[in-house]
Amino acid sequence: MVDKIVIENLSLTYAEGNESLRHINLKIAANAITVLFGPAGGGKSSLLRCINRLNDLTDIRLLQGKILIDGQNVLDPKTDVIALRRKVGMVFARPVVLPFSIRGNLTYGLELAGEKRKSRLDEAVERSLKLAALWEEVKDRLDDPAVALSGGQQQRLCLARVLANQPEIILLDEPTSGLDPISTGKVEAALQELKHQYTIVLVPHSVQQAARTADYAAFFLQGELVEFGPGRDLFTNPKDKRTEDYVEGRFG
Amino acid sequence: MNSIRKLDWQEFFIPRLIKASGYSAILFVILIFFFLLRESLPTFGEVSLRQLFSERWYPIEARYGILPLITGSLLVTIGAMVIAVPFGIGTAVFISEIAPRWLREILKPLVELLGGLPSVVLGFLGILVLAPRLRILLDLPTGLTALAGSLLLGGIAVPTIVSIAEDALDAVPLAYREGAWAMGATRWQTIWRVTLPAARSGVLTAVMLGIGRAIGETMTVMMVTGNAPVLATRLDSLFRPVRTMTATIAAEMGEVANASTHYHVLFFIGMVLFLISLAVNLAASSIVFKAKKRAERVLS
Ligand SMILES: Nc1ncnc2c1ncn2[C@@H]1O[C@H](COP(=O)(O)OP(=O)(O)O)[C@@H](O)[C@H]1O
Ligand SMILES: [Mg+2]
Repeated sequence: MVDKIVIENLSLTYAEGNESLRHINLKIAANAITVLFGPAGGGKSSLLRCINRLNDLTDIRLLQGKILIDGQNVLDPKTDVIALRRKVGMVFARPVVLPFSIRGNLTYGLELAGEKRKSRLDEAVERSLKLAALWEEVKDRLDDPAVALSGGQQQRLCLARVLANQPEIILLDEPTSGLDPISTGKVEAALQELKHQYTIVLVPHSVQQAARTADYAAFFLQGELVEFGPGRDLFTNPKDKRTEDYVEGRFG
Repeated sequence: MNSIRKLDWQEFFIPRLIKASGYSAILFVILIFFFLLRESLPTFGEVSLRQLFSERWYPIEARYGILPLITGSLLVTIGAMVIAVPFGIGTAVFISEIAPRWLREILKPLVELLGGLPSVVLGFLGILVLAPRLRILLDLPTGLTALAGSLLLGGIAVPTIVSIAEDALDAVPLAYREGAWAMGATRWQTIWRVTLPAARSGVLTAVMLGIGRAIGETMTVMMVTGNAPVLATRLDSLFRPVRTMTATIAAEMGEVANASTHYHVLFFIGMVLFLISLAVNLAASSIVFKAKKRAERVLS
């Protein structure tokens, strides 16, 4: 097992408010789904946004520690942030389709990177849509506006858009919180396929989803990493009382 | 009991008051239109159409060609927009997307303050500061030219454009920007390809209102354009004195004999101005309406 991301002693405080992350140490394995779960305000989103440096544009008072991806500390000011964000894709809770066609949404990232060859772009469109399990539903209307898709399709389009960039890591922040159970099932199934090629970090929207999808799971509570371990251990046999209470629905 | 009666009374009175003020606004525009029409229609009996659209404006000799005034207004306004649109949108983008928070908090009120500056003051600065410098810099016989008018009008339109465009950019959800950043778009690519298109309708409104301000502006233009009614057909007209429609009305209306031909023609010019600004406003609202419908689809 290879550790794709190694987080060492990470602490984060926003300009407003208290510490949002306290001394986090976590190793995230390649080719697996690592789930970060816990009640709202635990710091899960904050952690994801540190990994792709999306927090750069937020007012932050203090950021300490290291995030090593393939051994490189991405928090180093010398990191090429644009390259990092291509390598580490992100899917948000609310699908944000850009005001273009379906195809335009998918080729956007590649065009930003300077890819102009039509054959390459077409290839990327088909490949990424297939990976996100959306190809069959939209292959005949790639030039329709993306906003015409249903919510579930939009979210898979966002996933496909990330995949078109050929990332190595995919961060997903409650990607199915707004979706119906059938669409949720499709996204989860797609993730199970994708984990063979990618490193996946998922913030689920429920404990049930955490238990269903996790190869590894980390329980966050108020900025602290309470417990980390393989999913089947953590959900059936938690070591910490707080994890047990949360998993069994005694708070949350 | 008492308070319910009071509420009834308010429910009855307030909506009617609002309705009445709404309708009276329409009524006033219609009244203005008919007044303009009544005072300008005799023109057609007194001056032939051919003369009206000829190149010479010289009322003392009964020459009433309004073409130089129309081209003068167009030249100055277009010049102003060429200056004000890029500068205004650029400033709005800077304030909303690039400037750090402390700078934004200084710049926004400053821009709004500039917007409130009386145009006479700007005209004064134009005569004393801008025109002499233009004359020396460009080696012209006089600095009081269409260019001076365009620069000042542009300056007047900029705060309007900045303030409205900035509000529109500000209203674009953060999620759009983050979506683009997370894809590896640079800050500039995000502004150009995502934020500006998403704010399109507001930015268009800003530009249209800016044009509206520039066309209607009188004092500044009268003070700095030199007021020579010469047909502006060539590009170098920009570096010569011109005269606009608004300046002509303002300068001559006070001295003209009531119900004379000259008087009627001045009202006819007013009519032309009215129709131009009506056309600009209609165009603006139809563009904005379309853009808004699109934006609503996108954002919903
Ligand atoms: N931009 C921000 N500015 C200030 N505080 C923030 C910001 N984003 C999140 N926080 C705070 O950080 C803590 C963790 O939030 P978050 O990472 O969103 O948790 P989670 O995703 O687990 O719900 C919360 O207390 C939240 O209020
Ligand atoms: Mg969150």
